Amino acid sequence: MDEICRNRAYAWRWRPGAAAHGYDARMGARGRKITGEAADTADAPMFELLGVRKHYGDSIAVDGISLAFARGVVTALIGSSGSGKSTLLRLLTGLLRPDAGEVRFDGCSLDAATLRQARQRMGYVIQEGGLFPHRTVLGNLSLLPVHLGWSGARVLERARELAVRVQLPEALLQRYPSELSGGQRQRVALMRALMLDPPVLLLDEPLGALDPIVRSELQEQLADMFAELDKTVLLVTHDVAEAAWLASRLVLLRDGRVEQDGSFAQLRQSPASTHVRRFLASARSLPEAP
Amino acid sequence: MRLLLALVLGLACMVAVAYAATPPPVRIGSKAFTESVVLGEIARLDLHEHGIDAVHRRSLGGTRILWRALRHGDIDVYPEYTGTIVQELLPDTPRGASLAQLRARLKPLGIGMTAPLGFEDSYALGMRTRLAQKLGISTISDLRAHPDLALGFSNEFMDREDGWKRLKRVYRLPQTDVRGMDHALAYRALASGAIVVTDLYTTDAEIPYYHLRVLRDDRHVFPAYRAVYLYRLDLAQRDPGALAVLEHLAGRIDVAAMQRMNAAVKLDHASETAVAARFLGLPAPATRGGLVHRLLLRSGQHLILVGISLGLAIVLALPLGIVAARWQRLGHAVMALTGVLQTVPSLAMFVFMIPLFGIGAEPAIAALFFYSLLPIVRNTHAGLRGIDPALLESAAVMGLPAHVRLLQVELPLARRSILAGIKTAAVINVGTATLGALIGAGGYGQPILTGIRLDDLGLILEGAIPAAVLALVAQGLFEALERAWTPRGLRRRTVH
Repeated sequence: MDEICRNRAYAWRWRPGAAAHGYDARMGARGRKITGEAADTADAPMFELLGVRKHYGDSIAVDGISLAFARGVVTALIGSSGSGKSTLLRLLTGLLRPDAGEVRFDGCSLDAATLRQARQRMGYVIQEGGLFPHRTVLGNLSLLPVHLGWSGARVLERARELAVRVQLPEALLQRYPSELSGGQRQRVALMRALMLDPPVLLLDEPLGALDPIVRSELQEQLADMFAELDKTVLLVTHDVAEAAWLASRLVLLRDGRVEQDGSFAQLRQSPASTHVRRFLASARSLPEAP
Repeated sequence: MRLLLALVLGLACMVAVAYAATPPPVRIGSKAFTESVVLGEIARLDLHEHGIDAVHRRSLGGTRILWRALRHGDIDVYPEYTGTIVQELLPDTPRGASLAQLRARLKPLGIGMTAPLGFEDSYALGMRTRLAQKLGISTISDLRAHPDLALGFSNEFMDREDGWKRLKRVYRLPQTDVRGMDHALAYRALASGAIVVTDLYTTDAEIPYYHLRVLRDDRHVFPAYRAVYLYRLDLAQRDPGALAVLEHLAGRIDVAAMQRMNAAVKLDHASETAVAARFLGLPAPATRGGLVHRLLLRSGQHLILVGISLGLAIVLALPLGIVAARWQRLGHAVMALTGVLQTVPSLAMFVFMIPLFGIGAEPAIAALFFYSLLPIVRNTHAGLRGIDPALLESAAVMGLPAHVRLLQVELPLARRSILAGIKTAAVINVGTATLGALIGAGGYGQPILTGIRLDDLGLILEGAIPAAVLALVAQGLFEALERAWTPRGLRRRTVH
């Protein structure tokens, strides 16, 4: 397996042509030479955390977590603030390096050699979108594809396709982020994450800053999209209702440890602790509301 | 074909021979005061009259700058005074050293000295002729008999060990009403009768103007400041004709002639060139173009100083700022270093560059270059560090390589701050570049320096106003550039 990872890193590094065209096909299928190798890791979980620890100074953010995230599953990481859910997501993107343990992506350890290529296969959306204010919507969408050698026509075609999917009026493609509403900005951020059609979506409180109406509208669209696209999704949220609505698996974190891991029904019917019960109680109104 | 080749080769040889046969011009320097500039012009015009090409870099600065330029080979000749050579340039020399002794000490340094030009320009005491006649005073010793006379001396003369202190001791002068004042004011005080005796330079234009009597230094307290030309000994080998011309000037300029020439420049506002030409009996040279011509010439020089130094600074400071922003510890070192450069007084910075770059535009450009670094480095650093970390992380998680992130995301987001830094550097540069005239770089500083020397406000403004205008233009230009380069998305305050 390690040899495959090394070969893959090597291939990506030395064959820019492969990098430029490799993400052409759906679901992150890579260039021809690599496709065969990818098959060898296809049955591995998309992400694996093996005894991962991370602390900031004295405070422990992630305290020896081991988790696996299967392909095509939508998982919500929930917990109160400071529970380590955002840290966990940042470990998966490689923005943070674990102090101990290992993070594996697609069967390969996430290290300096594989990080950049791995990231091109992850779509990442944060609370405020992280859109570049100096570039138009299209400029934001085109940044990575153009670097990978896409033509302008191809970028535009893909942007239009995604605009339809996230219900963003096409006229807004020429606007700057500051000229959009909060909901529109999050739609653009989602489009940017989906440009290369990556197999993985990492969403860090993507709807956290939106007003309730826009928020519930986007929640519905996200649910449709997840069902349709069959992607591995990791969603960080402090909103249990949102997690229950969008994800089939919930991982409840507390003080850097996994408190309970299961479906919403499992968590509600047999909570592992009073903390789980109390945490779920805060969201009972939504799924039970008429 | 072969013929053509031979032709080209032959032509090249001829050009080379012609070039080698034409000696480079004799480079004359002068200090930043009227008398020195006049003597420089006399040397230039006289050499020219004898068919020897010469250039005069006028008003280069003080003794140290000229001496270093001569030693360094940036100039070949400049007018100097034996007293200064003894006191400042060769401080180990005994006070009464003969000319031959001075030459012997200069020779190992590669420097030669002409015979004295004729006049002395030393410290002396003076008083109004009519009063001197009435009181019967003609020497400094005679002052002893008049203890109640009011004396007013320039502040430097009051403080110097070889000034009033020594004078008072040697002559046992009894006067108690002794005041320090500005040299120019002392002449007016003398005219109004507020003081009776002051110190002066023996060639001051004001001596005949105010009808002053120079009191004889009968006990030889003041060293002899005899005017000579100092020259590089290699000039004597390279161009013996030039040296002969300079030596031929020896003994031809007496005190009265020098006083007249100083007066013509300082009091009658004649140009040094015209005065020098009149002294040599040459036709008055054509005036050096009108105001527009002078302005264009100086603007060109000034723009070259500012443009090249700023351009080079950008090329170095941008990467330094980027490095400083990326690696914190290295950043501290870079910022500290450029900060220290900024604290060097500007005049000192220009003078420090002389040993490295000689005199002229190069050292000025180097000094301005160092001054431009800090604002650009600091603003590049601040602009890059000030980017919202969420944006940097978004770019990183996209999987963009570092150089693409830098070029497409980080630098555009820091652009406004970087441009502001360049603007600051440019505006500071335009002002500081006026100091370049002190070391022969020309520009708007030239008329300012001359204007200060001649107390000519018009001339000062001729440099100061265009400098101020250029600073404003630079500011406006960069602000326009900033507006044009700021994309719509960054113009409004945005929440992202």
